[in-house]
This record gives sequence, C-alpha cells and structure tokens, in this order.
Amino acid sequence: MESLIHFAPYVGWVYPNETVVEWTILLAVYPYLTGLVAGAFTVSSLYQVFGFERLRPVAHLALLTSLCCMLFVPLPLLLHLGHPERAFNAMITPHLTSAMAMFGFFATFYVVLLMLEIWFAYRPYIVEQARKRNDLMGKVYKVLTLGSYDVSEEALRVDQKWVFWLAVIGIPGAHGLHGYVGFLFGSLKSREWWSSDLMPVIFLFSAIISGVSLLIVLYVVSCKVRKVAIDVGCIKGLAYTVWAFIMVALLLEALEFANIVYKGREGVDMIMEYVTGPLLVPYFVLQFGIGAVTPLLILSYMIWRHTTGRALVFGVTLSASLVLLSVFMMRWNVVIGGQEISKTGKGLLTYFLPILGQEGLLVALALTLAPLAVLLGMIKLFPPWHDKAGHAVMAAS
Amino acid sequence: MTIDPTPSLVARRRFLSRIGLATCAGAITGAGALGLARKVCAKTEAPAAGASFPTKDYDWTQHQWAFGVDATKCIGCLRCVEACKNENHVPGNAHQFRTWVERYVYIEGEQRARIDSHQDPVNIAASGSQKEYRFADRYKGEKVEKAFFVPKLCNQCEHPACVQVCPVGATYKTKDGVVLIDDKRCIGCRYCVQACPYGARYFDEERGVPDKCTWCYHRITKGLQPACVEACPVGARVFGDLRDRESRVSLFVRNNRLQVLRPESGNAPQVFYVGIDKEVN
Repeated sequence: MESLIHFAPYVGWVYPNETVVEWTILLAVYPYLTGLVAGAFTVSSLYQVFGFERLRPVAHLALLTSLCCMLFVPLPLLLHLGHPERAFNAMITPHLTSAMAMFGFFATFYVVLLMLEIWFAYRPYIVEQARKRNDLMGKVYKVLTLGSYDVSEEALRVDQKWVFWLAVIGIPGAHGLHGYVGFLFGSLKSREWWSSDLMPVIFLFSAIISGVSLLIVLYVVSCKVRKVAIDVGCIKGLAYTVWAFIMVALLLEALEFANIVYKGREGVDMIMEYVTGPLLVPYFVLQFGIGAVTPLLILSYMIWRHTTGRALVFGVTLSASLVLLSVFMMRWNVVIGGQEISKTGKGLLTYFLPILGQEGLLVALALTLAPLAVLLGMIKLFPPWHDKAGHAVMAAS
Repeated sequence: MTIDPTPSLVARRRFLSRIGLATCAGAITGAGALGLARKVCAKTEAPAAGASFPTKDYDWTQHQWAFGVDATKCIGCLRCVEACKNENHVPGNAHQFRTWVERYVYIEGEQRARIDSHQDPVNIAASGSQKEYRFADRYKGEKVEKAFFVPKLCNQCEHPACVQVCPVGATYKTKDGVVLIDDKRCIGCRYCVQACPYGARYFDEERGVPDKCTWCYHRITKGLQPACVEACPVGARVFGDLRDRESRVSLFVRNNRLQVLRPESGNAPQVFYVGIDKEVN
C-alpha cells in the first residue's frame, strides 16, 4: 500500500499512529448542525412556553429551521463511518457504556418530537389547504392531514395544548441532545484539550447563540426577499437573547481555558505553545475576538444607545453573522484542535483540510448549507410568516 | 370575609396527592438513573460469552495472558516491528503500527529527552523505505548522557477506554485478558482510536475498521508466542500466562519492580515495564 496522502506533519514527539488525523471537518460540522438545532428550538420555546410575544414572527420559522438542520445531523457522521451500512448496529445492539450509543435514540426521539410539534402547529393550515386545493399539492396536504379535518375551537385548543407540551419536552430534548454531543468529547480522558466537565455546558450555550443568530439572519433575509417590513421588536428580542447567552458562553469558555492553564497538568506546556502558535488566529482572533467579543460590544452599544430602525437591524444581523462564524470556529477548535495536540503532550500535529473528497471542504460546505436548501422547500409547504403578507391562518396559532 | 374550608381542603388533598405522585415518579426515575449509572460506570466489561474461543480446543477461561517489556534489554533493532507488520498484515507505511519502538536520548546540557520513533522522517530516510525500519544515527557528534529504547504495543487494559466507548460493542475484552475487535460488527466511527490514551489504535482505511495489537491472539491461542516476542533477539519482550506460576511472564512479574504507562488514566494497563524513565508515557 502506498503512503497515506493525508498524514499530518508534526513537530515534537507524537505517537506514530497519531500522524493520521482521524476525525475530520465533518466531525466539526456535526456538532455545528446539532447546535443550530438546539438554538433554533430555544427561540421557538421562548415563544411557545415562556410567552415571549416579541419572538412570534420567528417562532414557526424556528421550528422549521430546527427540523431542517436536524434532518442533516446524521449525514456527516454517516459519511465519516468506515462502514455506514452498519450504522444501525448502534441502535439494534447499542453498547450502553458508550456515550455514542445513545445518539440514534436521542436523534430519533427529537426528530419525531419536532415533526409532531410542527404538525400540530400547522394543522389548521394543512386542513385549509387540503380543502382548498385540487392540484398535486392539495393531495400532499390531504396526506398530511392524516385524516384529521377537525378545526373546531375545541380541536384547536387541544392542538395548542399539544404544541405547548411538546415544546416543554423539547427543551430538555434539544438541549440534552446537544449537551450530549459535548459529553462525547468531554468524557474522553485521552486528550487534555477535550477532557473537561464543562464541555457539555459550553457546547450548549454556544449552540443557543448559534441557533438564535441563524434565525436573525434567516428572518432578516426572508423579510428582504419577501419585501415586507422587519419587525424591530422581534429583532430586539432576538438580540437580547444572543446578548444574554453570549455572556454566559464567553464566561464558560474563559473558565474552561483558565482551568486548563491553572491546573497545569501534564501537557499544558504543549497546549500553551499551541494556543499561542497555530491556534492564535482560529481561537483568539476568529472565535473570541471577531466572533464573540465584537458582536457583544456591538450589541451592548446598541442596547445602551437605544439604537433602532435600520441601524439596529444592520448591527444585529452583522453580530449574528459573526456569532455564526465564532461557533463554527469553536467546533473546529475543539474537534480539530484536540487532535492537533498530541496525546503524548510533547508534540503538535497539523491537519490539512482537503478541498475535494468525501471529507473535504466542499462536502462540509454542502452539508452546512443543505439544511437551508431544504428549508426553502419547507417554507413553501408550511409558510411560517406571521405578517400580513403571510398566511392569515398562522395568526390563529 | 369567611372562607369556605371545603374547596381549600379539596385543593390541599389534591395538592398532596400530586406531590405523592411526583415523588413516586421521581423515585422511579432516580432508581432507573442509578441502575443506568451503575451500568455505565461498570469498570469491568462483561466478557463475550462462550467457553471456547476462537478454536474448539482452546478454553479462554483457563488463561490469563500478560506481557512484560524489559526496556533495559531493547537494542532498537526493530525486528519486532517488522515481524508484527508481516504477521498481522499491517499496512506497509510509516504511519500505522500495532507495535513500535521509541528512542529516548538525553543530550548533555539539555533538560528534556529527545524522543523519536522509527516512523520519524529522518529514520525513514535512513532506512530508505516506509516498509523497513531502523534508527538513524542522528545524534552522532552529540554528547549523549543517557539513551534507551522503549517498545510499545496495546496495553490490553483491564478497564479499556476503547471498549467503554465503542457504540456497538465491536471491541471487547476476552476472558483471557486481551482486547479484540470484531471487524464484522464495527461501524468504523473511530471513537476507540480517540479514546485510547496510548495511541495504540490506527484506522485501516482499506477495511474500514480500526486495528491494534492483539498480542497475536491467533498465535497465542494455539500455544505460540506473539510474533514480536519470537523475533526479539535479546528477550526484551516477555509473554506468557499468569495462571502458570513458572511461565516467563510470571517470573518477570514476580522478580521485578514493575511500572505501567499512564497509571493515572485508570485503565490499568496489562503491559508491565522494567527500566523506563520518568519521561516515558
């Protein structure tokens, strides 16, 4: 067999088998998508469960976004497996001591929950379309009614109850799913960069800010495309949410880093060399500086100055875009960063990202954008808009 | 204003009964969680069932294999690495090994050892091939204070992290003390590769599954020695059955002060070392 082309160059001392970086960019895309799922769901729950009326314009969009991202969560994993055809072994014969064994069950549970919640939330609309339309789409809506055409006040009240309770269950569901992804990394004792009790919580908070930010961008873009006025109250509500959670996310990350440095266990020298060397740009500049501190400052300034109107929309959208970058960099720095620091604690490896290939940049990009493409179709099927241009029936839910 | 006591009583009763229900539900969940926690924390994995494996005339309940390494004897000839690659069809490249040898060199005036292995580009250049291994004479002219070699292989841990994390139970601990991989069951997620603190596993791209040292399980269950042990010209590698008090490894364990790699991992490695230094991990 020829030499592997993707072996990683290294400095210092690394174990021979480590010179092939096994978890690639796809393993960074996986937690990124899961995070967006959890974050988007948070927004819908803030409205459905906690009654944040301001977020109403994006509440349904949040549900659809969450589902679209969730549909693609297993794909980077499947593409990465050596034997994807055996993937269901993890569900047929799960090995319960493995943190990974529960993924299939959690993911399935959550997808079912999301689909149920969307069905209940959209039932009046589905029934109306099924009755109104005679074309192919009409048939689709007929199937989607599942035979239930009752839209009496009583029935709608029951629907609302279902939506409420599914949203309540969904909160631990979505956040549990993502905290669990953090645990996958945090529970490994082989790498100092991963092995942390804070990892699940850090993943969770970064997930929330990424999901809320995605919704900000989607909402603003959708309003521009549909040529409707942006609800500034909603943007403010989302901005406050990002602002509050970004504080916690930053604090947790800082705590985590301080812990590693302060404890100064074996291998800390290499970690310091790494974060001040190869990781300086991806970690301090992109993830923290540009991606987290800058949006925090912009948002704080706008809240302080009571900025409103176009300036607010622009500032919030810019901040949201930066947060989306920051959270992706966080996933990258954890997944790839962890493997670039040798288990020996005496060497550093360099992962090269191929452009082409099954685990290359293009596939990763396609996987990240694919949920948005599906979302485009989904909003045709289930219009999530609450404004006048949107469908009137949504106002009822 | 008088308050009618009945509704309040009813409400109180309802409240109490709800508390009772909630407590019951909590207790059941708690008990379930405790059971699950016990299962997950279980240090000892249930070994695969069955009395005879892998051959009919081999009873894996009658052996307790162990491996000793006497680093003071190793001369870094790397016959073990080549023997292993041939015996176990390990890919012929400089990045994937079931066993390898590390070289530690202390140069006068330097605080830390310089460490390399035969996979280092300088050493590969010296051998001229990715399939043949030797240590280049790269410290010629330096004043070497202390130097030694350390053979490495899978530690067949008593509490293996790789077994713990495998989502499908494809990697498992046998009753005679070896960690094996069922390559028909493995999904190729590489979580085990990440979890091993010793870097003992590599991923075989052609077969889509990870691979690692099995102490040549196909040989030892037939009464043979592992290939590396057989190839070692100086007896630095010692293998045998701890159930046999007179076996080489039993004597090695009894007659030496032993060390294991990364004891703090809690993995309880079963490769026992003599003559390694503080920098070896």
